[in-house]
Amino acid sequence: MADAAADRTPAPRADACVVGAGPAGAIVAARLAEAGHDVVVLDAGPRFDLADREEQLDAHLRPGVEGLWGMGGERDAYATEGPRDYPLNAARVKGVGGSTLHWQGMVMRLHERDFAMRSRHGVGADWPLDYADLRPHYAEAERELGVAGADDNPFAPPREEPFPLPAFPPSHSDAIFAEACESLGLPTHSVPNARNSEPYDGASACVGYGTCKPVCPSGAKYTAERHVARAEAAGARVIDRAPVQRLVHDDAGERVEAAVYATPDGTEHRQDARAVVLACGGVENVRLLLLSASESYPDGLANSSGLVGRYFMDHCFAGAGGRIDRETRQNHVGFNTTECHALYDGTDPLPGVKLEFLNYAGPSPVTQALDADDWGDALLESLRESYGTHLAVGGLVEQFPDAENRITLDRSTTDDHGNPVPEVRWSIGQRTRAAIERANEVQVAILEELDAEIDWVVGPDATGPAFHHMGTTRMGTDPAESVVAPDCRTHDLDNLWIAGSSVFPTGGAMNPTLTIAALSCRLADRLDGWL
Amino acid sequence: MDLTRRDAVAALAATGGAVAVGRTLLDDDQSADATAADADVPEDALATLVAVAEVVYPDAATGVDDFVETYVSGRVADDDERRAGVVDAAAELDATARDWFDTPLTELDPGTLDGMLRDLRVDASDPDPNGGIPGRVRFYVVNELLYAFYASPTGGRLVGIENPIGHPGGTESYRRAGMEDHG
Repeated sequence: MADAAADRTPAPRADACVVGAGPAGAIVAARLAEAGHDVVVLDAGPRFDLADREEQLDAHLRPGVEGLWGMGGERDAYATEGPRDYPLNAARVKGVGGSTLHWQGMVMRLHERDFAMRSRHGVGADWPLDYADLRPHYAEAERELGVAGADDNPFAPPREEPFPLPAFPPSHSDAIFAEACESLGLPTHSVPNARNSEPYDGASACVGYGTCKPVCPSGAKYTAERHVARAEAAGARVIDRAPVQRLVHDDAGERVEAAVYATPDGTEHRQDARAVVLACGGVENVRLLLLSASESYPDGLANSSGLVGRYFMDHCFAGAGGRIDRETRQNHVGFNTTECHALYDGTDPLPGVKLEFLNYAGPSPVTQALDADDWGDALLESLRESYGTHLAVGGLVEQFPDAENRITLDRSTTDDHGNPVPEVRWSIGQRTRAAIERANEVQVAILEELDAEIDWVVGPDATGPAFHHMGTTRMGTDPAESVVAPDCRTHDLDNLWIAGSSVFPTGGAMNPTLTIAALSCRLADRLDGWL
Repeated sequence: MDLTRRDAVAALAATGGAVAVGRTLLDDDQSADATAADADVPEDALATLVAVAEVVYPDAATGVDDFVETYVSGRVADDDERRAGVVDAAAELDATARDWFDTPLTELDPGTLDGMLRDLRVDASDPDPNGGIPGRVRFYVVNELLYAFYASPTGGRLVGIENPIGHPGGTESYRRAGMEDHG
């Protein structure tokens, strides 16, 4: 990790202070810095050394070694309330690079229907912009992230430009699935991956370590560290281990004047800036706004609508797996190469369902060996019995926005700086439950088509979140119904902008990071003009 | 099924600081001896690890001596704490053999050594670098050896996967319908 004694004093002047060095903040910072603006980035977590990635891989594979990205502990304390616990500390990374450090790297565009669910289907919320508005920014985002993909998805929204990198060819097990899906009328297609199929942007091509999530030692998987490096090369200042404690606004309550942040020695500093961009995820964006309550904003900054923290959404996992009487060749790579969007745009079920064909089903011989109670020939025999015939089909299921799913502050619990921790209330509605059940029906049908012996099904009672935090500072044109305007600037404060998936009014069922990146490109353009 | 230094290097590739050592070995096998010497792993500790490897590896494995020595030397080359852990655990195992059987561990027949490890509960213990003898032996000796073996392409191939997790074996193998025959 970076030197704890590094200079963390504020910059004398900043056009923009970006809070959070994940993909949203890093892209905004890089583009603003490259446009000639003075940019300071503050991140609560450390800067991780690229040279440590192999050791982190080692730590991940071996039982008895803990800690990869420093997730958890008093710094990351949180509470859950409501019908389902939410495993927040498994769901995010605080550090330079943010959650792209441990993400898997699937990057799809939202479909056209995702922007107009209220208009089309009378559910959820419309975005104040449509696919056509975001389309050029999606293309930018694909270049920014180095997306490997192919234009072979009959269900994808229209595109004109090719992907920056060729798609990863389908796996052997994808081919097995493709046969079954074809029989069932479910066309399969490639997965756009933020993972280099060829060297790109100074980073290696994928070499198949097989541990994409939680760590890619080769650098082939995109992390926001690339944009942090670009930002710094253009003159931006990035300060790690600098959790922002609160934002301070002017007397009129119209502009944020500064971000007050703490450093490891316990000192608080004040970074003044002409504009502030919040980019610390769907949970911490909310917490920071609520912690910044003032006389002008007693319910929290930018919260005149009362909606800050509401409409928290995630994607729900549905899946099924088993074994077949064929070699499946799993666990060579840690990413997916084939998906099916055939269930996405219809009305049965109405919530979007995306099917994923997993290339990492069943145990890996390496990790199984390290956990085994035996060795020698007996171990080899058990590994041979376990490996090679597993298959699994997973999927993401859309969750419609629900005002009661929300992030608030738990004032009875504090973090290492004495601030109330976030409290997550998350539940799953009936429509989502039904969609998960529908996904399971299709997944089981695919496996039955392969005469699989089905070992497990994850349905609505066992589902969990995909760690896509969306919706808590939603975008809209009406200040009474939303927190940010369509340009991602808060309705309440002239110079406070919010980047990331917390502005999504609805989340669809597509992994959100490409849309986060597209919105960040768009936000940077707008903010560049504003500055 | 002959293990090679190249297999050891492949297993090292995912272990961090020793990658440079591995690359040197790949480039020039002549440097292997010098690298092992630089790593400063006592001969008796290496001999103990080789003896344990003969027990925890399947019978089909050959070439264990060079494989283990190359892997362990590379593994601890730039990690004093790990080197100390490995050497201490090996010494404790050897002391146990001398205590229980009045003979150095390297002179135990494999069946006796296997029984000693099981009687120590190494097979059933969680690996723990800071735990008691079974946990530390599991962590620094048995799991190091098993990791080296099953994360290497030759060890993986014995199970049915030539590009196991942790081995940077490229993006061709996952597309094949069967294992590539490397002879």
